[in-house]
Amino acid sequence: MEYLLSEQQKTIKDLARKIAEEKIRPVRAELDESEEFPREIMEELANSDMFRVFVPEEYDGLGGGCLDLCLVVEELSRICSGVAVSYAASALGCFTLFDYGSEEQKKKYLPDVASGKRLTAFALTESTAGSDASAIRTTAEKVEGGYLLNGTKQFITNGGEAELYTVIALTDKSRGARGASSFLVEKDTPGFTFGKKEKKMGIRASTTRELIFKNCLVPEENIIGRPGMGFIMTMKLLDRSRPGIGAQAVGLAQGALEEAVDYTRQRVQFGHPIISLAVVQDIIAEMAIQVEAARALVYTAARTADSGVKSFTEESAMAKVFASDVAMKVTTDAVQICGGAGYMKDYPVEKMMRDAKITQIYEGSNQVLRNAIAIEVRKRKARTA
Amino acid sequence: MNIIVCLKQVPDTTSVKIDPRTNTLVRQGIKNIVNPLDTYALEEAVRLREKHGGKVTALSMGPPQAEEMLREAVSLGADEAVLLSDRAFAGADTWATARTLAAAVKKMEHDLIICGRQTLDGDTGQVAPELAEMLQMPFIAYVSKIEEICEGKLRAQRMVEEGHEVLEAPLPAVITVVKEINEPRLPSLRGVMKSKSAAIPVWTAADLNIDPATVGLQGSFTQVVKIFFPQRTCQAEIFQGDPDNQADCLVSKLKENGIIP
Repeated sequence: MEYLLSEQQKTIKDLARKIAEEKIRPVRAELDESEEFPREIMEELANSDMFRVFVPEEYDGLGGGCLDLCLVVEELSRICSGVAVSYAASALGCFTLFDYGSEEQKKKYLPDVASGKRLTAFALTESTAGSDASAIRTTAEKVEGGYLLNGTKQFITNGGEAELYTVIALTDKSRGARGASSFLVEKDTPGFTFGKKEKKMGIRASTTRELIFKNCLVPEENIIGRPGMGFIMTMKLLDRSRPGIGAQAVGLAQGALEEAVDYTRQRVQFGHPIISLAVVQDIIAEMAIQVEAARALVYTAARTADSGVKSFTEESAMAKVFASDVAMKVTTDAVQICGGAGYMKDYPVEKMMRDAKITQIYEGSNQVLRNAIAIEVRKRKARTA
Repeated sequence: MNIIVCLKQVPDTTSVKIDPRTNTLVRQGIKNIVNPLDTYALEEAVRLREKHGGKVTALSMGPPQAEEMLREAVSLGADEAVLLSDRAFAGADTWATARTLAAAVKKMEHDLIICGRQTLDGDTGQVAPELAEMLQMPFIAYVSKIEEICEGKLRAQRMVEEGHEVLEAPLPAVITVVKEINEPRLPSLRGVMKSKSAAIPVWTAADLNIDPATVGLQGSFTQVVKIFFPQRTCQAEIFQGDPDNQADCLVSKLKENGIIP
């Protein structure tokens, strides 16, 4: 398949694959078992400039767009989705700065993000606010010298590992979603601590933790954009990041497909490798079709995001939903055709199947995103009718 | 500090075959790689530059396609690269190779020349010491650690059979490194992008101002007459049974052959 990538994009994809093969493949099973944060791999990625990919050039980045980031995520995820999400979360945690941050904020933080010195994280979800993000309870009270944050964030990827957090909190409780604002909070700010580390079904190399704010004073200059813009910025951020979840899903599915092909070529039953059985071929062909279709949609959505159009909610939601459903289906089929071996932890496909599930859930569950897609489709019809 | 790293492009030997008719390596369809030990030399040079400043130049003698390997060297941190390529250089043995490299080194600024211990294909380990001799420079082989570089001197540990020795040499000097010295890095994106557009000059015999009769096949004292796989002359014997029994069998066998009394 010709993906029409630029020279720079091909270079990024090739190098990401090399790192994944050489540095991640040998340790992925161990990381999955130990649930240990892949600090050394993050350093490898930093040394190879992978954190520069998504940072603008004026802040020591390479100025790559959504597609460039997707290529890295896909290649890392092909080997280990847990590592891929730890990397990608660092893009999520600073994306808002690109569009809405002040020059001072960008100068202060982005070069460190680009060099990999500071990992970042994004904190929206709370125990009361998942799909209904407007139900957050964390508050940011205006006081002398800044804002006082109080509340608890839940399920935060890179929680405790990141040095810099983008945190959504209510500056005006009476205005609901329109009273939310976005803050940059540095690790080690007094009043900011971490709660329990979650034990997860999949993506176990990544860290998921609670963030606890108790009278945490955030300086005035750390608000991103204006007070009350937190929600709009978050919706835009998630539109931009969802193709990345799609890419994670495509990488997972690609990895599972390759494992399944390898296994079925070697596994002999009834005197022949099982890949020569029509029933197995049928499943493999379907897997391959699904993976390519998902990749095409993800790349196109990412290119749409990079094209400069004002809104791409629908496209990015479609890419995320479709690709994550493909990842679940393809990894499940991979376990099926690898049979008993595939169910065992000695083979990587059971991990891939566990890792795939979250892609249907986070950054907007597939249900809430289908709802969003339907709203866009309906609006479009209403405009032309 | 100006460091020159000598690199060689070699066939990936896990897949190498010998043509029984011509007695030469079958190179068609075989992937070429950077001689693995040379990657440690390059990594050490880049680390020294990061510490002391200066410039790292990758140097290779080889056919035109060796340019691809030199681009890889740039992606891994070399500032510049020079390829020595000329039909007159073809068929060189280690002596003629060292002569060619020495002529190039003399044209360049240099404080330190680093080579891999030996190559994967030729496997002689002769080029670096010959190069040092021709350049009239001190030479330290098998360096496993560079302890210090200061005041125009280099102090290094080298691996010897019983452990290691610490040696000091004035600069400029030639050293060869072993793989214990470091762990080569992966390329960086900025490095790869830089390498794609890097200008890699090609120097010929004329550029080096050397007589073609003194390099290449003509300037070689040795010639490859034949390459062959050695005949297997010994056979393994595997003792079965529990460890005690195996030990007894081994001891009696050693006695039987007069190896132990």
